Amino acid sequence: MKKEQGPILTMSGIHKRFPGVKALTDVSFRLFPGEVHALMGENGAGKSTLIKVLTGVYAIDSGEIELSGKTVHIGSPQEAQLAGISTVYQEVNLCPNLSVSENIFIGREPRRLGKIRWKQMHAEAKKLLEDRLQLHIDVTKPLHSYSVAVQQLIAIARSLNISAKVLILDEPTSSLDRNEVKQLFQVMNNLKAEGLAILFVTHFLDQVYEISDRITILRGGEFIGEYAASELSRIELVSKMIGKAFVELDQLPKVRGTASKELSDVTAEAVQLGRKGAIEPFDLRIHKGEVVGLAGLLGSGRTELARLLFGADRSDEGILSVHGATKAIGSPRQAIDHGIAFCSENRKTEGIIEELTVRENIVLALQASRGWFKTISRKKQDEIADEYIKAININPPNPEHLVKNLSGGNQQKVILARWLLTEPKLLILDEPTRGIDVGAKAEIQKLVLSLSDKGMSVLFISSELEEVLRVSDKIAVLRDRNVVKVMTDDELSQQQVMQAIAGG
Amino acid sequence: MVKHHLFWPLTVLGALLLFNLVYSPAFFRIELRNGQMYGSLIDILNFGAPLILVAIGMTLVIATKGIDLSVGSVVAISGAIACLLISKGADQNAFGLVMLAVAVALALSVALGIWNGLLVSVFGIQPIIATLILMVAGRGVAQLISGGQIITVNSETYNYIGAGALGSLPFAIYVVLIVLLVASLLTRRTALGMFIESVGGNPTASRLAGIRSRAVMFAVYIFCGLCAGVAGLLLSSNVSSADGNNAGLWYELDAILAVVIGGTSLNGGRFYLMGTVIGALIIQTLTTTIYIIGVRPEITLVVKAFVVLIVCLVQSEAFRKTLVQRFKMRKYPLEQEVKRHA
Repeated sequence: MKKEQGPILTMSGIHKRFPGVKALTDVSFRLFPGEVHALMGENGAGKSTLIKVLTGVYAIDSGEIELSGKTVHIGSPQEAQLAGISTVYQEVNLCPNLSVSENIFIGREPRRLGKIRWKQMHAEAKKLLEDRLQLHIDVTKPLHSYSVAVQQLIAIARSLNISAKVLILDEPTSSLDRNEVKQLFQVMNNLKAEGLAILFVTHFLDQVYEISDRITILRGGEFIGEYAASELSRIELVSKMIGKAFVELDQLPKVRGTASKELSDVTAEAVQLGRKGAIEPFDLRIHKGEVVGLAGLLGSGRTELARLLFGADRSDEGILSVHGATKAIGSPRQAIDHGIAFCSENRKTEGIIEELTVRENIVLALQASRGWFKTISRKKQDEIADEYIKAININPPNPEHLVKNLSGGNQQKVILARWLLTEPKLLILDEPTRGIDVGAKAEIQKLVLSLSDKGMSVLFISSELEEVLRVSDKIAVLRDRNVVKVMTDDELSQQQVMQAIAGG
Repeated sequence: MVKHHLFWPLTVLGALLLFNLVYSPAFFRIELRNGQMYGSLIDILNFGAPLILVAIGMTLVIATKGIDLSVGSVVAISGAIACLLISKGADQNAFGLVMLAVAVALALSVALGIWNGLLVSVFGIQPIIATLILMVAGRGVAQLISGGQIITVNSETYNYIGAGALGSLPFAIYVVLIVLLVASLLTRRTALGMFIESVGGNPTASRLAGIRSRAVMFAVYIFCGLCAGVAGLLLSSNVSSADGNNAGLWYELDAILAVVIGGTSLNGGRFYLMGTVIGALIIQTLTTTIYIIGVRPEITLVVKAFVVLIVCLVQSEAFRKTLVQRFKMRKYPLEQEVKRHA
């Protein structure tokens, strides 16, 4: 770290208001060349807003941004890029149908006489990926033929290409597995050594300490402090983020297990249910009030299994029975009618309806069950929305807020509320805590436990093994699109589950 | 107030009316002749009725992220079939015959709506292509029905629909009010409106939330077809004839324009029926105004396009922002000047 150079980026006294919300209040932020700087905070703390301010998506109300010692006005994402600020967002925003090299050079293809010089472009793309990112792939293939992790690296490569001084990585690891994270960190370390300043946003505490030099904490849109990572303990970090003495997540009732429960009624049972190319035939029995965890690496078939149960995809073999009766579930509509609910892992594309309000998003599934004409009265809708906003702590507590203006964690809660309202017998949660902060994570885990105590069955999918272990009575382990093992109470140790995931 | 979705459409309409107030005060004169009201304002409502109807249907289609290019052809078909049936009758004034003709025309329009709905929601063809088929073919069907001729009818009963008066107002205005009322009730009193906005906003998420998006899409295309059918009846009965070639020509474009001016986004999602009505009125007022001030016929379209451009710019938030910023930039040196002197 070469601090004597002085910061490359200084933001001071930044204020930003949205109608009804103070998103940022007097926030400062500094970034030095050759460092990885973690921006931490709960959902709604203002991290995303700060980044959007920095990348020219939002205009600031007041405050000053200095880049390389000069005051700059960043009016648009293009201006940010020209100034040397590049961003890789949580959701990769590239063109999946174009080739890797086209994605890297889009808009700046090497040309001669107006024609794109394909050979040169492919060669340069290949060189860039190999030299700086240690990524050896065929750059002429379309982007969608690569995993999300590779796509993420390609997104980074693309932003590097524009003579970047500052690289912003917004939740780059949320959909990566352990090895992929390692690869990403390797790349980050290389770039850091080259003198690039990296702003890193994540919810994984381990990763913060693994890679970051310094940490800036925001809370409720306010600047809490800037610390050297080596001088800030985890407990301090978390308590500063949530602003109260830290209740350790581990204190949640961890003793799950079938012993404490009467497992008589079967809510749902799959017998040799499968779908070609998605998941091999599997058996799974979910009892009343049971939390079944699905563990496995990304792409092991967890989501595919859930989608079969919910009828989002059709099964092409096997039997699914709900409450003892065989059901052919061919659509989400039918699954919902049988008391199944499904929170997708893709909040934005498969969960929320951005343009609608919190209230409308909450009542949507219940209204869909009732059909066109049995309308839920506006008064009743308001009551429902208020009730759930209070019950699961949706912030800001305004039912008429457009859901797109909420933070990720609160959007997740809105979708949860939507499904809880339908009083499902089986609730399927696919990565319900992805990309949301520690506090909200604990809230959601607690909610799952209390729901199961009330007799609801839950299918809980998560990439975080600890989390799965904490909430589940039973864990089904998936590997390579197969359910390889179903483990119950006394077998539930991290070690054993890990072994099952890894195989051998 | 500026935030309200009707603010800009109403402002534009107001500005147009204000222009007329200054340019030709006679614009606002309403006379009572034989108990019926006459005047430019009444004309706008009367002649604008078909466009408003088509645009109301179009609003719901656009809200689902779709589009219906076939409305102009449906207008022509509906008018042609009604006029054909009446012209074949022994007594063209017979109430039963006219009712039958109306019923057949509307049933045919619904069937055409089903056709569009089928292509879009069941076969998954992109709306712009799916409805383009009927836009082209429908024009041909209309000409087939009318045998390539203009069918004229001599039926006072039929003529009443588009040219008659109830109380002192044209009957067409009541038709518009009824359709508008039905559309509002259907979308705001039932859950259909929420479903439409949800499907338009995010089709995948809507399906996963249990909404039958196919049924919703079917419904809007059928309703749009029906609206176009009613519009076709108004148009043909107003002039007591059906012209397969020209009836409803370019209506789809005016209707889409009305919807957009009214604040509904072509990206689907939120829709505003009242906005659309005002949007259609703006277009009709503009047309009438151009006639009144006597713009040379060969440049009317250019003038119309120019005004539409301004309307769209005024409504564009990005444009307004740029304008405001320019304005601020210009003020900036002045402020510094003031400070220096202070």
